[in-house]
Amino acid sequence: MTDARRLTRRDFLRLGTIAAPATLAACGWDGGPLIEPRLRAWSRVNDWVGERVLFSRARLAREYPAEERTPERDFPMYSITRNRTRRFPAAPDDWALEVGGLVRRPLKLGLAELERLPRVTYTVKHYCVEGWTAIGTWTGVPLTAIADMAGPAAEGRYLRFDSFDSRYYNGWDLASAMHPQTILAYAFNDRPLGIERGAPVRLYSPVKLGYKLTKYLTRISFTSERPGGYWEDQGYPWFGGV
Amino acid sequence: MTGPDLPAKRHHGLVRAAHWLNAVLLLGMIASGLQIYLAYAHFGLRGEPLPLPNPLDGGPVPAWARLGGWLAGGLNWHFALAWPFVITGLVYLAFLAFSGEWRSLLFRPRDVGPALQMQLYYLRLRRDHPPQGKHNALQKGAYTFIVLLGAIAALSGFAIYKPVQLAWLTGLFGGYELARYWHFLSVWIFVGFTLLHVVLVFAVDPASLRAMITGRYRGRFPSHD
Repeated sequence: MTDARRLTRRDFLRLGTIAAPATLAACGWDGGPLIEPRLRAWSRVNDWVGERVLFSRARLAREYPAEERTPERDFPMYSITRNRTRRFPAAPDDWALEVGGLVRRPLKLGLAELERLPRVTYTVKHYCVEGWTAIGTWTGVPLTAIADMAGPAAEGRYLRFDSFDSRYYNGWDLASAMHPQTILAYAFNDRPLGIERGAPVRLYSPVKLGYKLTKYLTRISFTSERPGGYWEDQGYPWFGGV
Repeated sequence: MTGPDLPAKRHHGLVRAAHWLNAVLLLGMIASGLQIYLAYAHFGLRGEPLPLPNPLDGGPVPAWARLGGWLAGGLNWHFALAWPFVITGLVYLAFLAFSGEWRSLLFRPRDVGPALQMQLYYLRLRRDHPPQGKHNALQKGAYTFIVLLGAIAALSGFAIYKPVQLAWLTGLFGGYELARYWHFLSVWIFVGFTLLHVVLVFAVDPASLRAMITGRYRGRFPSHD
């Protein structure tokens, strides 16, 4: 029996009495300048798995009967502008959705034009990153229809969605954007989208977490560089797929 | 056979490494999980709370029990630690399978009788210690259960991580809201198991702690194998 071995248990206990409070005191901690950036970098590996391994454009989110909708008063709403000024942001009078970036035919579409395009309606479950869920009915234009009109270039592997809600924006992978259930929604629960839900038009998809679904949409750009996002830049997972 | 001066080899290095790694990783997983939970400290769809017990409904979760600082930090910790946690679990299971060690750990139907006898012994309703192998039937039950619990924790985690892409898995847990509850419940069972485990180690067989560190056992319950 070596000394080292004989000391082990006592040392271990001693170490434990020191380490336990230290561990506890460390909690509520983000990792500090040494670990936190590495955790964010590792999050890109998780994004890769989410996008390349687990995601399929052919897999549709389950649809629910309209009776299962969450009462609207229980379906949370928020906007960055509201958090700052207590008021939801109102669309400018000359609002139109711009589609640009790496496309052959840049577009400018008013609400009436969007409503004339092919539409999709579904009742799906909304997943918030916070952990809550709610069921609602959304109506809008499939993003694939907009892409067909604009003709994105092959290098346009990402999309950037900008809003008029205090510079809120999101970056998306092309595959999720071209999922058949990804739409530009202009109606919620059979009525025109309200100002508290992102009027006049918001991005919606049951394959992404809520923070990826840009409300108060103003511009869609196809890009070759991966755009960040309002929350994503602050550390939230970039892919955000469910 | 080993004499009194030659302590019995009890745990393979891989098992010991997995054990301690797991202890640290589980602590991190639970603390970051509680940070995530705090963002919405309820269960069930909005407006339709699940009628299931939740002592932490509405929080609060004290800061000392949290890791990550805020929701995004908690998520990044949780999804980073999930990798070594799952890999350690898989390596451990592979080791059990290939080494044959699973035979001394897996609780099987034939262990039911001996488990009852062991319980009688612990309740002092039976005087002599029932014969056993490396672990008694109750221990086998506990270790089989905890490995299953680890699998449930990991699988329910994936079920709430990708409820659309892995809808089949989420469905096995009864849907997203219930899967989230399963995931949460597994935490309390882990905590309860660990407390009992640590109490038993110190109260019944402190030498087993050294065995889990050095691999060699020289306590009062020498290996029966």
